[in-house]
Amino acid sequence: MIPVKFDYLAPTSVEEALSALGEHGDEAKILAGGQSLLPVLRMRLNAPEVVIDLGGISSLRGIRDDGDAIVIGAMTTHHDVRDHELVKEHVLLISKAAAEVADSQIRHRGTFGGALAHADPAGDLGAPALALGAQFVIAGAGGTRTVEADDFFVDLFETAIGDDEILTEVRIPKHTGWGAHYEKFVRVAHQWPIVAVAATVKGSIDEAKIGLTNMGSTPLRARATEAALAGASATEDGVRAAAEQAAEGTNPPSDLNGAADYRQHLARVLTGRAVLKAAGV
Amino acid sequence: MTATQDRPAAEIGKDRRRKEDQRLITGRTRWTDNITLPGMLHLAMVRSPFAHANITSIDTEAAKASPNVVAVLSGKDFGEELGACINAWPITPDQKTPAHSPMPADRVAFAGEIVAVVVARTAAEARDAAELVDVEYDELPAVVGIKNALKDEVLAHPDLGTNKSALWVFDSGEAGTGTDAEAAITEARANGIVIEREYRQQRLIPAFMEPRSVVVDPTSEQMTMWSATQIPHILRFALAATTGVPESKIRVIAPDVGGGFGGKLQATPEEWIAWAVARRLAKPVKYTETRSESLMAAHHGRDQVQTLTLAADKDGKVTGLKVHLDADLGSYVAIVGGGVPVLGAFMFNAIYKFPAYRFECQTVLTNTTFTDAYRGAGRPEATYAIERLMDELAAEVGVDPLEIRERNWITHEEFPFTTVAGLEYDTGNYEAATAKAKASFGYDELRREQAERRERGDRVQLGIGVSTFTEMCGLAPSRVLGSLDYGAGGWESASVRLTPLGKVEVVTGASAHGQGHETAFSQIVADRLGVPFEDVEVLHGDTQVAPKGLDTYGSRSLVVGGEALVKAVDKVIDKAKVLAAHLLEANADDLDYADGRFTVRGTDQGKAIQELATATFAGHDYPEGMELSLDADATYDPVNFNYPHGTHLCAMEVDTETGAVKMRKYTCCDDIGTIINPLIVAGQVHGGLVQGIAQALWEEAVHDEAGTLVSGSFVDYLLPTSADTISFDVVHTDEPSICTTNTLGTKGVGEAGTIASTPAVVNAVVDAVRHLGVNDVQMPCTPERVWRAIHANDGDAPTPADAMPHFQEGSLNQDEGAGA
Amino acid sequence: MTKIELTVDGAAVSDDVEPRMLLVQYLREKLGKTGTVIGCDTSNCGACTVHLDGTSVKSCNVLAVQASGRTVTTIEGLADTAEGDLHPVQEAFRECHGLQCGFCTPGMVMQAVDLLGENPNPTEEEVRLGMEGNLCRCTGYHNIVKSVLHAAETQGAKA
Repeated sequence: MIPVKFDYLAPTSVEEALSALGEHGDEAKILAGGQSLLPVLRMRLNAPEVVIDLGGISSLRGIRDDGDAIVIGAMTTHHDVRDHELVKEHVLLISKAAAEVADSQIRHRGTFGGALAHADPAGDLGAPALALGAQFVIAGAGGTRTVEADDFFVDLFETAIGDDEILTEVRIPKHTGWGAHYEKFVRVAHQWPIVAVAATVKGSIDEAKIGLTNMGSTPLRARATEAALAGASATEDGVRAAAEQAAEGTNPPSDLNGAADYRQHLARVLTGRAVLKAAGV
Repeated sequence: MTATQDRPAAEIGKDRRRKEDQRLITGRTRWTDNITLPGMLHLAMVRSPFAHANITSIDTEAAKASPNVVAVLSGKDFGEELGACINAWPITPDQKTPAHSPMPADRVAFAGEIVAVVVARTAAEARDAAELVDVEYDELPAVVGIKNALKDEVLAHPDLGTNKSALWVFDSGEAGTGTDAEAAITEARANGIVIEREYRQQRLIPAFMEPRSVVVDPTSEQMTMWSATQIPHILRFALAATTGVPESKIRVIAPDVGGGFGGKLQATPEEWIAWAVARRLAKPVKYTETRSESLMAAHHGRDQVQTLTLAADKDGKVTGLKVHLDADLGSYVAIVGGGVPVLGAFMFNAIYKFPAYRFECQTVLTNTTFTDAYRGAGRPEATYAIERLMDELAAEVGVDPLEIRERNWITHEEFPFTTVAGLEYDTGNYEAATAKAKASFGYDELRREQAERRERGDRVQLGIGVSTFTEMCGLAPSRVLGSLDYGAGGWESASVRLTPLGKVEVVTGASAHGQGHETAFSQIVADRLGVPFEDVEVLHGDTQVAPKGLDTYGSRSLVVGGEALVKAVDKVIDKAKVLAAHLLEANADDLDYADGRFTVRGTDQGKAIQELATATFAGHDYPEGMELSLDADATYDPVNFNYPHGTHLCAMEVDTETGAVKMRKYTCCDDIGTIINPLIVAGQVHGGLVQGIAQALWEEAVHDEAGTLVSGSFVDYLLPTSADTISFDVVHTDEPSICTTNTLGTKGVGEAGTIASTPAVVNAVVDAVRHLGVNDVQMPCTPERVWRAIHANDGDAPTPADAMPHFQEGSLNQDEGAGA
Repeated sequence: MTKIELTVDGAAVSDDVEPRMLLVQYLREKLGKTGTVIGCDTSNCGACTVHLDGTSVKSCNVLAVQASGRTVTTIEGLADTAEGDLHPVQEAFRECHGLQCGFCTPGMVMQAVDLLGENPNPTEEEVRLGMEGNLCRCTGYHNIVKSVLHAAETQGAKA
């Protein structure tokens, strides 16, 4: 099937893109890697009049060291994020999660910023970005602003990015030396996660940060478990006991792949496993 | 030096690389959707979003005004020339069969049914305009699910007065093939063991990789239809029978066809609409479905509730089996439709010597996509039921599942054996297949590991599943089909002809769509005629090239079509012999034929078949009375089905914390008689296994209460990937049980893997957690279902009241889908 | 209409296309590269896999306009098939019976080439994971995995 007709704009700078967005507003849709957008357009679930392709803006691609943070350009592909040395060294959890996004072909096209801006609660990058306290740099007509991860994810497919704004880069505070693991639970490999847990820990265990995928309308932090783990020793029993609180405050969906109570059970089990693997136990 | 001297000794049994592959691996292909013709127009279908509704009006004005739209047509724009979608197998004389128009004008009976067609210059413009067709519906209550349908409160087709289509019964006591099953059950209740279960065969979608596509060209004297179909010959027949165009004016071509698995064994509304539009507009047209359309509107498979009663004595010797099926036809009785569960009727007794058997099948109509054949068609369902029951019986008796089977199976000395269902199994050796499978699998070691894990209370438990299957395949003896009221025969046709320069053209009525017929048939002809493998060209899938045939399904092409080839080759040799004798000035009785050459016994005089072909072409010198050709046709009608069998062993790991299951090892030892090409056979087995495993673990077509298909894309209808499957251990018995009812000694293999694997997997899953109080997990065995089964009795995992609206409560031994 | 210029299987091509046209539709309908096929509408099946600037992508998930100025390789440009040549991965699929109906095969081959480019000596598990974006309904994947491993061996032997 083919999308409805649209006009295509390919700006070469953020300014151009913003001006196009300002002009077309609601009728426009931003195309980043297109790996979620194109299926939606093909199924005619969305029918924008204008598509603004960010692919020509080279400044949006790339990964750099910015002192206390690693900065990932919004148009950097999952494939490049996964393999980048800076990412592996300082924000290992991001590399681990990027490796689990969809499949090889999708990772070659899909972008880090595009996936986060799409804000699918079953997306693999929201939970690790949230857990690591990422900061989202958003450009608008009046300049750029930075939004903390806690404020970025608003609801199902909804973020703090305004209709006339563009996510340009994501700053992720360095967690150098932290262990990390992304535990994804699926029935078949090409499926969106039924539940996934992003865990990163310092030492074993001084501090733990845990994000949950698909346990509500946005990525969630397992804060009760994080608190219980801080300063605890990384024994299997201790971690599992702390993980018992992982589903607190979650509100997962019920669908063909699992009812809400089962997902909450999974969140507890998978949190324990993710933390233990992150801690190298 | 003649070419024949280069020919290897025997082609049959050799793992020839496929002739088909050179094109397919380089993209030089002719899928129906690749075909473009001058002036060709494109179709887009307007489909009902409602499962059941009266069509009150269709406004096509906006669509007609859309750019490059040529026509917008609905059911009322056509008369009888639109034809009808046929049911070729009314299983009882009083079967209720709703009229099935390709595009009904008044009422739709499932979500996805076509109500209008848009014709435009491009596919994109046709789609754009289809969105503009304004259809008003008066929604009617829809019936979804077998148990709802049986209540007859909401009717799928109100004019029929009931949802019950047909009740088909076989009773061994009445048929004289055995004793009374009810009596056996009564006796077992008093003095033996009775196992009662309800199993659910969830609805599946064949999900061939190539979406269906059809091109119709009305611009020559014969109208031509190219279609992604398994059944070009049956299509031609059905088009003629229902649209008023004489057969002689119809040519149907199945070009490269990307898989079928039964799913392309159908006379579809889309084909009929494309045919009617092309006739109306006198222009070539093309329609290619999207995957979403395919999942929604191409026929589904399985979908039964099986109510089973197995009676046995205290030692586990089965004394009787009673089977009641309720089978969901969906919205219409499709081409084979209700016949699919009836094909299973003869297989519930499987490899066993049951004295008493009763089978009932009630088919019902619902407002869902119509169902029909899917790989195995009736036999996987039967095999699943009996192989699950045999494991339950073993657990009840307290013996190994293989032991309980051995106590009941037909021993190899007992063949030929007439079963309680009335079939005569010609050959088989269940002992040999089982012994070889056990050894290759490492059965005893895995049983030890299982015991250790149970002992330790490991988080991950190990289960071993058994399936000792047989099937009836090679559809089918025409007289048998006639006795079952099937609308066609089961013969197959072949032609063999030599070209002037000595190549061999083979025409078959089978219609391959991935099986490798071109290679395997070339091997058969190369051996039989004594010519090089490379010199044989197999032609098929075009009713002008191969005018007679009954196509490819039911594991029939080799065992029926291959035998027709043998007969045609033999006729060619007989004809050639007369010419050879003439040219060699010898008596025909003094000629020997070997390696493609007639020789005069006791001399070095001879003629190669290729020389005779050239001589026939020239026609300069031939005997009086000889017809000047070396061509021959043959039709073969089998005298019996054939009965491949095998022992499949599966080891599954079950994570008791999450319910996740993982395959550890899978071994199968299939006895399929003579193997023509072991490489192709292995491929058929692998693919069959994964389709059967997928039923056990992943796939389920789910309609919601309103009749909307919830699993309507590959995001929700879960096909496994390479990352979800393992490499299989495929072995065969050392001395296969050669089929006695065809010359080649072959048995079918196309469906074997699918038929056998599903119960092996579920038996393994259940076996892994049986010690935790589990005796069943409904298919597909999702992690959630496994987890709930483990915790059903400890309160850890309550069944959610309404969290999953597609499930209902109140079943015999499991949760059940709305489809039930 | 938008003008695009790109290189496909070694040849420079240029066309005016609607922006909504998918790369796979451009390949099939405008260029006649029907070796690349469409199997789904949700980017799950991978049958349409081609290489875009040397890496594998699903061509149903790329707009033709996005490929402008870039290089596309399809199954038809992988080897000089007119000369009877086969890419080692194509040869391996034939040798190991890694296909039946052949519909998923172009995508499988293109993804396997990409996989082996990145990891010339994969384990079976790495092959299984690396091919997870390509669905096949005929082979049960057994011989596809075998084909990729076989190609790795023969490529290694030639290198």
